[in-house]
Amino acid sequence: MDYVALQLFNGLANGSFYALLSLGLAVIFGVLRVVNFAHGALYMLGAFAAYLLLQDFGVGFWPALVIAPLAIGVAAMGLERLLIRRLYGLDPLYNFLLTFGLTLIIQDGMRLRFGLQGQPYPAPAELTGSFSLGPVGYPTYRLFVIVFSLAVCVLVWYVIERTRVGMVVRASTERPELTRALGINVDRWVTPVFGFGVALAALGGVLAAPMRNVSPLMGSELIIFAFAVVVIGGMGSIVGAVVAGFLVGILASLAAVFNPALENVLAFALMAVVLLVRPAGLFGSVDRT
Amino acid sequence: MRRLIAILGATLLVAAACGGTSGGPGASATAVKLNDGKLVIGVINDQSGVYADLSGKNAVEAVKMAVEDFKAKYGDNVLGGTIEVITADHQNKADVASAKAQEFYERNGADIILDVPTSSAALAIAKVANDQKKLYINVTAASTDLTAAASCNKYTFHYAYDTYMLAQGTGITVTQQGGKSWYIIYPNYAFGQDMEKSFRAAVISAGGNVIQSDGSPFPNTTGDFSSLLLKAGQLKPQVLGAMQAGGDLVNVVKQYNEFKLKDQNIKLAIGLLFDTDITALGQDAFAGTLYTTPWVWSMDDQSKQFADKFLKRTGIRPTFAHAGNYSAAWQYMEAVRRGGTDDADAVVKQLEGYKFSDFFIRNGVVRPEDHWVMHDALIAQVKPKSEAKEPFDYSKVVGTLSAEKASRPLADGGCKMPK
Repeated sequence: MDYVALQLFNGLANGSFYALLSLGLAVIFGVLRVVNFAHGALYMLGAFAAYLLLQDFGVGFWPALVIAPLAIGVAAMGLERLLIRRLYGLDPLYNFLLTFGLTLIIQDGMRLRFGLQGQPYPAPAELTGSFSLGPVGYPTYRLFVIVFSLAVCVLVWYVIERTRVGMVVRASTERPELTRALGINVDRWVTPVFGFGVALAALGGVLAAPMRNVSPLMGSELIIFAFAVVVIGGMGSIVGAVVAGFLVGILASLAAVFNPALENVLAFALMAVVLLVRPAGLFGSVDRT
Repeated sequence: MRRLIAILGATLLVAAACGGTSGGPGASATAVKLNDGKLVIGVINDQSGVYADLSGKNAVEAVKMAVEDFKAKYGDNVLGGTIEVITADHQNKADVASAKAQEFYERNGADIILDVPTSSAALAIAKVANDQKKLYINVTAASTDLTAAASCNKYTFHYAYDTYMLAQGTGITVTQQGGKSWYIIYPNYAFGQDMEKSFRAAVISAGGNVIQSDGSPFPNTTGDFSSLLLKAGQLKPQVLGAMQAGGDLVNVVKQYNEFKLKDQNIKLAIGLLFDTDITALGQDAFAGTLYTTPWVWSMDDQSKQFADKFLKRTGIRPTFAHAGNYSAAWQYMEAVRRGGTDDADAVVKQLEGYKFSDFFIRNGVVRPEDHWVMHDALIAQVKPKSEAKEPFDYSKVVGTLSAEKASRPLADGGCKMPK
């Protein structure tokens, strides 16, 4: 298998992170109308949670994959109750600013404690090998990341589009008054949905720990990409976030074949084009305001 | 809704764009006269970004330690006035660095600026120093341009290391050990481009060849180097030369291990390695790696002595940048003491041609023609964790590169030092 084809796998692996992060952003935006800028910081906390679990408690990668998102998701629910909830009635920009401020606090707090250089985290022993694709090997861990995130994305899509819980959540999003009139407690769903979206980010963080430098700035670098992906996919669109996530990952990796510098620029070029041609994004509809 | 998208889009585009002891003959202590009654040492470096750990606030502590030790040795009033240390964060931006340097020299009465990682920022400060006719001793920036025709000047000195030294050490050693064909990846800015040039020249001079070299974006927002590593797998060089520094380097090594390039007989050669990088990745991830460095804290007793004091004060063992700042501050104060004044021109005269050794610099000479501080460099190797005697005991010294070999020949830099 040649270089370009292998680049596709790199694209999918990078896309997995974009997809997980923007999926969480899209779910939160869809239901709460909150642009959660703290998403990157919470992704970083996910990676650090995995690191701390291993370092201080000897808990390995597999349990961390469950414990870290749960813990951070629950903490995020507290955050929603305490702070974010208070700004729902106002212009969405207020929550944008609040979450941006939270990002700075979380990042600098971690920086004080851990410094910027990053912490070591090994890949789980079962996945350290490489999988042979033709003449060259591809890291098994990356293949796992691709498959695992795809599965999570499909599962989330299924829950939201095909189950009763998902139906209620969607109804609360699109016609809150009408849903209330039907006797459904809309507000009950807001906090868990926020926690769930954040848990997805934390899950991304745990998955990233064996591949990336676990440092307090790892999220701030990625969040900008994730937002570009959400805009490309259509704000609040679940399918859009996932498709755009993988799309940006693949296109950016293929572009890197020709010029490594393109990798960082492509998402934004794509975002500009999409905004010009389809301002609501690839899968967004304007009436979901 | 549309407004929000528009604002968000605009925000994203904006965000994306920004994206001791002293050697030398102890001159008899004459009374020192300071121009404004005090000596002000400015430390400008990265205190919040990728290079904050390897120098940063702890480099400021190192300079303060030097001042305290200097007073302890010679007496509080040795320089005939107070010695102040002031500091600023340049955020790795050349324009911020330039403005801060200006402010330090003009408003705060700084007599000298020290440290300054990030080559572009260092080059900017060299220019300010020349305009203001005040001293600047670079410690943590690596660019050879500081002592080359374009930027060298009367008031700028280059102290600890440069890309030439790193390439002569690592590039030549690895090539001579049989790593003939190289694929070089480098961060695409002043430092990385300079590293690429120096390593390419060193590899070729040792009889090797560079198959290809590729720049990676700096800063690399995705933290992903897989496309370059995959390319390395295709090119099948004997050596992958990684010129990235700090957090970028950690990502490269992590992914090099992930892609199992070692098993494909592609050796990793690292251009610039700090102890903080080893902390970040774990000692075993680097075990066996050869690298070039001006200093290793565990190399001898006087270095250990400094490292013990530093550990007590900061909680970590010093990187060579920390030790280099201590040493540079000390040698500067020595020069002021010898000359009896903090007048910049007089201090330059004291420094030029000065021969010295201290715990950090061995066989040092300040070359008058371009202000490069010639001194021995070390070839070090990362030990496996099983051989470490204590935390931070990462490396052992396996060879020495003499001061002559570690210094770029004067003709190559082409500096014409104005008198």
